[in-house]
Amino acid sequence: MTKAMDMGATTFLTNARLIDPEAGEERTGNVILDGGVIAAIGSASAPKGARVIDCGGKCLAPGIVDLGVKVGEPGERHKESFRSAGLAAAAGGVTTIITRPDTLPAIDSPETLEFVTRRADEAGPVRILHMAALTRGREGREMVEIGFLLDAGAVAFTDCDHVVADSKVLSRCMIYARSLGALVIGHPQDPGLSKGAAVTSGKFASLRGLPGVSPMAERMGFDRDMALVEMTGVRYHADQVTCARTLPALERAKANGLDVTAGVSIHHVTLNEFDVGDYRTFFKLTPPLRAEDDRVAMAEAVASGVIDILCSMHTPQDEESKRLPYEEAAAGAVALQTFLPAAMRLYHDGTMSLPKLFRAMSLNPSKRLGLPGGRMAVGAPADLVLFDPDAPFVMDRFTMLHSKSKNTPFDGTRMEGKVLATFVAGAQVYGREL
Amino acid sequence: MSFRARHLLGIEHLAPDEIRTVLDLADTYVDLNRRTIKRTDALAGMTQINMFFENSTRTQASFELAGKRLGADVMNMAVSQSSVKKGETLIDTALTLNAMHPDLLVVRHPSSGAVNLLAEKVNCAVLNAGDGRHEHPTQALLDGLTIRRAKGRLQRLTVAICGDIAHSRVARSNLLLLGKMENRIRLIGPPTLMPAGVNEFGCEVFDDMRAGLEGADVVMMLRLQKERMDGAFIPSEREYYHRYGLDAEKLAFAKPDAIVMHPGPMNRGVEIDGEIADDINRSVIQEQVEMGVAVRMAAMDLLARNLKAARGAEAAGVMV
Repeated sequence: MTKAMDMGATTFLTNARLIDPEAGEERTGNVILDGGVIAAIGSASAPKGARVIDCGGKCLAPGIVDLGVKVGEPGERHKESFRSAGLAAAAGGVTTIITRPDTLPAIDSPETLEFVTRRADEAGPVRILHMAALTRGREGREMVEIGFLLDAGAVAFTDCDHVVADSKVLSRCMIYARSLGALVIGHPQDPGLSKGAAVTSGKFASLRGLPGVSPMAERMGFDRDMALVEMTGVRYHADQVTCARTLPALERAKANGLDVTAGVSIHHVTLNEFDVGDYRTFFKLTPPLRAEDDRVAMAEAVASGVIDILCSMHTPQDEESKRLPYEEAAAGAVALQTFLPAAMRLYHDGTMSLPKLFRAMSLNPSKRLGLPGGRMAVGAPADLVLFDPDAPFVMDRFTMLHSKSKNTPFDGTRMEGKVLATFVAGAQVYGREL
Repeated sequence: MSFRARHLLGIEHLAPDEIRTVLDLADTYVDLNRRTIKRTDALAGMTQINMFFENSTRTQASFELAGKRLGADVMNMAVSQSSVKKGETLIDTALTLNAMHPDLLVVRHPSSGAVNLLAEKVNCAVLNAGDGRHEHPTQALLDGLTIRRAKGRLQRLTVAICGDIAHSRVARSNLLLLGKMENRIRLIGPPTLMPAGVNEFGCEVFDDMRAGLEGADVVMMLRLQKERMDGAFIPSEREYYHRYGLDAEKLAFAKPDAIVMHPGPMNRGVEIDGEIADDINRSVIQEQVEMGVAVRMAAMDLLARNLKAARGAEAAGVMV
């Protein structure tokens, strides 16, 4: 977050459709931002000297808290810098980025964490928090200095898509993390069964001649992690649950009182395996896109709350790493700017209301990480997004995206939902003069 | 004439009448190839580059001969190691070749979809000579021609495809072609070598070879790659041969006049008994090789016609 940010000015947002994910409702009203927080909601008149913004009946929601964003610093700044990621986030209504540690080198020491913290503070127009690796080099052998890293500000510990295959190592990491109250984020996937896979197994994979992974690999990985969570009592979040077969196990774990939450990427609730078509590498993701039945099940699980968190899994890749035969191409998609319009698909198709969407995109990730944001409430940080859920546009990756990398699967797609303005700590960080 | 495709990347995008067009033209090339003077000038002045990122003697020779008999200037590029090792990407290799103005590019690559990717970047006709586990369209076309000539038709036949279906681009292309031509397809093999989702393919699936061969008109054997022993797909070659190797006893379950096919190269004693492979009354394996040259001539001839027409239209300022 830029230090020059003006937290003192008072802003009066009037005539807004307020999205309250905590209450699960929306209403028309006014909001006063003062001192970096939401000072009042619903008051009738503007305070003296306040900047007045007429929202014109558009939606005002708590800014998105995006858990699991890849920024290319250190190591791959040509793909994404904190500056470019921050601009993309602001333009996408993301007010807090939680970065992933799958950088080069990995964020696995207090020193590397300090480096990214300093870089992020200098460059990002939005709030940026960092996760750290769970094992050194994300190699699954030695535990990182969880205590020091917590002191240095790490909000969670994850080896990202490198599954800690050795259950003994993982169990010790979990036991140690538990003693410090640290949140461990797992990637539910059986490493043996999923080895070498580029797509989800099934008819489509077979016709394309691509190596597939059974959805069962996710269930197996999740079941193992749940056994270890039960054994250790650690706070656990599954980064991405993408298959219907995993859901009963997730529900069971929650019903048994385990401290477990789960997330899913926006792509896995809006796209399916057929979108890969004739080897379109911008649709190559980790885990791979699933069958339509799975997509529907995931979207419904977000609506019902079984899946807690919707994230972008923003993963910038340059043109070169995508312009390869499908199996060799890099996985991942940029999504900070397309997150909100893609999520609007679930609103427009009737899967869930806007408060439910923002519960998954803003409130739940904040709660899980112990952050004060994600709420439309007096005293909450004035991190807000003003958007028009119905405004149509055609995504053009080269002219619209602020990310250094342009690998969006939505290029050329008709979308609905435009961010009009983004506020962080009460200051407008995106949008034209309102 | 009904053949509209610009490239031949797979059977998937071909219509049945396009398949028939290729086979009909190939029939005329079979006759030509049996004469002493085998040369035509259908591709005279045109340049054909064979780009093989994966070693293949047979397919490359077949394409080379096909091009030469059509009068094309044929160049073979062994790209399997050289430029790839130097770090050049597939796209760069394609662009380099494209700058030499080839008219036909014949490509084999170990990655599924690589030929599709390449076809997007060049402005000549591209023929897929096998990409990963995806497709091998000229193999399916030559198999189709062989069946049609042996059986007098290419429809309403019961065709059993046996062996490593999961890793076979030959099986993939044949499934599509035989399906489009309205045949009954049976897939036979151990479940570990069946592709995922096989039950949605509209085929009958057997792990018992005898049951699968019952009443078949055509028995199509696939090559078992030696490296399959490593990945725990099958226990051993001898158990595989016992259960899935084609011998006289198992072949007796097929129709008495059933033909035996194999895309080559064969592993005698692994997937097929040597005597059956050599039985001129049952095996059409040598005919398949002969049909291969004719089918590739037909496919290249048709693609060249479309290319000339497109370029002619372009020169005349017509949108194509």
